[in-house]
Amino acid sequence: MTEDEKKNQSVYGDSPGERKIARHTLSILVDNEPGVLSRIIGLFSGRGYNIDSLTVAEVSEKLNQSRITVVITGTPDVIEQIINLLARLVPVHKVTDLTVLGPHIERDLVLIKIASNQDDLLKAYDIANEYGAIVTDKTEESYVFQYVDTTAKVDEFLEKITPFGMKNISRTGSAAMSCGKEKF
Amino acid sequence: MNTTALKQKSSNQTNKTKQLSGAEMVIEAMIEQGVDTIFGYPGGAVLPIYDALFQQNKIKHILCRHEQGAAHAAEGYARSTGKTGVILVTSGPGATNAVTGLTDALLDSIPLVCITGQVPTFLIGNDAFQEADTTGITRPCTKHNYLVKNVNDLPNIMHEAFHVAGTGRPGPVVIDLPKDIQFAEGDYIAKDKAITHMYKPQTDPDMAAIEQAVEMIANAKKPIFYTGGGVINAGPKASKDLTEFVKATGYPITSTLMGLGAFPAHDEQWLGMLGMHGTYEANWSMHDCDVMINIGARFDDRVTGDVTKFSPNSKKIHVDIDPSSINKIIHVDLPIIGDAGKTIEAMLNVWKDKGYKTNHEELNKWWSQIDEWRAVKCLSYKKSDTIIKPQYALERLNHFLQKNEKETGQESFITTEVGQHQMWAAQFLPFNKPNRWMTSGGLGTMGYGLPAAIGTQLGNPDGMVVDVAGEASILMNIQEMSTAVQYNLPVKIFILNNQWMGMVRQWQELLHGERYSQSYTESLPDFVKLAEAYGGVGLRATTPDELDGVIEQMLQTDKVTIVDVNVCQSENCFPMIPSGKAHNEMILAADAEKFDKKLV
Ligand SMILES: Cc1ncc(C[n+]2csc(CCOP(=O)(O)OP(=O)(O)O)c2C)c(N)n1
Ligand SMILES: [Mg+2]
Repeated sequence: MTEDEKKNQSVYGDSPGERKIARHTLSILVDNEPGVLSRIIGLFSGRGYNIDSLTVAEVSEKLNQSRITVVITGTPDVIEQIINLLARLVPVHKVTDLTVLGPHIERDLVLIKIASNQDDLLKAYDIANEYGAIVTDKTEESYVFQYVDTTAKVDEFLEKITPFGMKNISRTGSAAMSCGKEKF
Repeated sequence: MNTTALKQKSSNQTNKTKQLSGAEMVIEAMIEQGVDTIFGYPGGAVLPIYDALFQQNKIKHILCRHEQGAAHAAEGYARSTGKTGVILVTSGPGATNAVTGLTDALLDSIPLVCITGQVPTFLIGNDAFQEADTTGITRPCTKHNYLVKNVNDLPNIMHEAFHVAGTGRPGPVVIDLPKDIQFAEGDYIAKDKAITHMYKPQTDPDMAAIEQAVEMIANAKKPIFYTGGGVINAGPKASKDLTEFVKATGYPITSTLMGLGAFPAHDEQWLGMLGMHGTYEANWSMHDCDVMINIGARFDDRVTGDVTKFSPNSKKIHVDIDPSSINKIIHVDLPIIGDAGKTIEAMLNVWKDKGYKTNHEELNKWWSQIDEWRAVKCLSYKKSDTIIKPQYALERLNHFLQKNEKETGQESFITTEVGQHQMWAAQFLPFNKPNRWMTSGGLGTMGYGLPAAIGTQLGNPDGMVVDVAGEASILMNIQEMSTAVQYNLPVKIFILNNQWMGMVRQWQELLHGERYSQSYTESLPDFVKLAEAYGGVGLRATTPDELDGVIEQMLQTDKVTIVDVNVCQSENCFPMIPSGKAHNEMILAADAEKFDKKLV
């Protein structure tokens, strides 16, 4: 059977093929209720969309609201679809596409543990210093550095420092906010 | 649910409100929401609610024979009355049995509230007897769901559930109610005092977009209205306004499976249904039009066929209440977010106020093109004197239903199962009013028709309700015969018995080298005896001469009736657009012999 013949047999049409993809950062304000995170994640997994990173924490105890920051990569159609699907969830108050909105700040936090000989530890310390990472724990044979920056910068930092005895990495997703005086 | 706000609200109200048990709150809230009929099945985790039901007489409980049946019955009730359907089932297997019905309601945008019992809160997560993670299981197949953990939250959740189910794009909502919460006492909150949630979908269309749309519509040379279930969901006024608007323009109109009845099928501007088994004229008009006016339809894949070849030269207007339907499948030139009814009304007003007129010269050209397509007579079939053709059976059914309607004023309601018979029903039975046609469109659920007919008959006690069925589908919820007998519901089950899962057989014949794998329905019951065994009436027609008499007899019975119509086994449903093909690549019955079965 040729590919074409196989396609003709499907109960569904053909897949639309490749389109241009881009990375978007979405900021979602939700009611802080049980199940809200799984509603949001289910929406992504149910449609086969991949989440690059996700951060969630309560932002207002009084209003009982949380902010979820999701970084996703997709075609413009997929992004538009995701935003509309998120917005129609009952506990979702507002969805903002920071990438479309304009200049914004995004920060990831990473903790990295380096354990090695004195020589490597020194080199690791120099790299950390150069990037402005903070020493959060220190023993004779190890360091734990804390570093906060954009996803790309954090990737770069980790790539540089890893060869000098990386034992463990713990990393958050992005927290994000628009520049300027506007609310988002 | 914003629990902090709730607590404040309920503590402020302690003096004024009455103390009720959770189970009593459920009943009280339903009464306030105007519910008079619910569908359900009892079990351990909902016994307190059944106890409360026993001690009141405002709500009638219909005992179905399977929770899936209860869910489809509630759907049929909702679709034929415009009200929200209500289901009550127990925890665990009760809830999982309802899942197909919930998913069906989600895909067809039917408002349902489903109350599921749950094990007591202190046992949740312990694999307790008849425990299932109901909110987890139903999250992707409901519009929204709740797990109630505090009895004081219950009244608000009940009211909000009805609000969410019925507002915006309607859908099913589940309330999972642990047994200890049903026993616990708390303050009842009345409907008008309840905190309505943030859920406020946009229903008013943007007037600037309306003006622009009407201008596009007025300037069109080859226009077509393509309408869907959204018009039906917007209420009878939307259908009335749609008809007035379409008549004012003189333009052709087609509709999806879900939208049948919003525009009267006897009107000359009606082109029939579009899509995979839609008419030649409807699909060609969609393909060749220059302005497409989509109101309340969602460019489903059964309608569009190959999206890259879908109506390539048209400007598209898309009216939908759900922003996530816009640009999901087809890019449109003018999206309008809003309620179909409000949008049609606004369009009609602009059309009248601005004194727009149709370009008759262009429109006449367009109609003569359409008439050429019509002349193909795509629904024609070979008649037979010896064997009942399924299309013929439906033509006769239609004849006698119309006659009955004329003579007695009794309105007809049609439900269906899923398969060829469903598509033939959509092609051969004309619908002139909304809420008369109940079929499982989005999910395509075999076993939908009988319970839906039961719900329809309960909502319309004076109606003539017919389930057009296939012999395979009907067996999927045949147990609901008992329900029909218990409540004296004279629904008619008109089985087009071809002894095959006809739609599957058709695909196997045309696309899988005639290898009929598992599609023959072996060991069928004797449907006449089966009907009698349940306490109903059984009738059979095996030749064309017997048909009329049997249909007339069927219309006279006052009990649930099965009519076993033995139809041609090899008949295929045409026209057909094979999946992934364009609207202009349709296969007609006349071409069927030429169809390349050697594809494989
Ligand atoms: C629950 C369910 N299972 C399977 C299918 C797939 N399916 C679609 S049509 C069909 C055959 C239906 O046969 P019948 O009820 O006899 O109708 P006919 O096509 O013969 O008119 C099947 C199996 C379905 N739609 N729903
Ligand atoms: Mg069959």
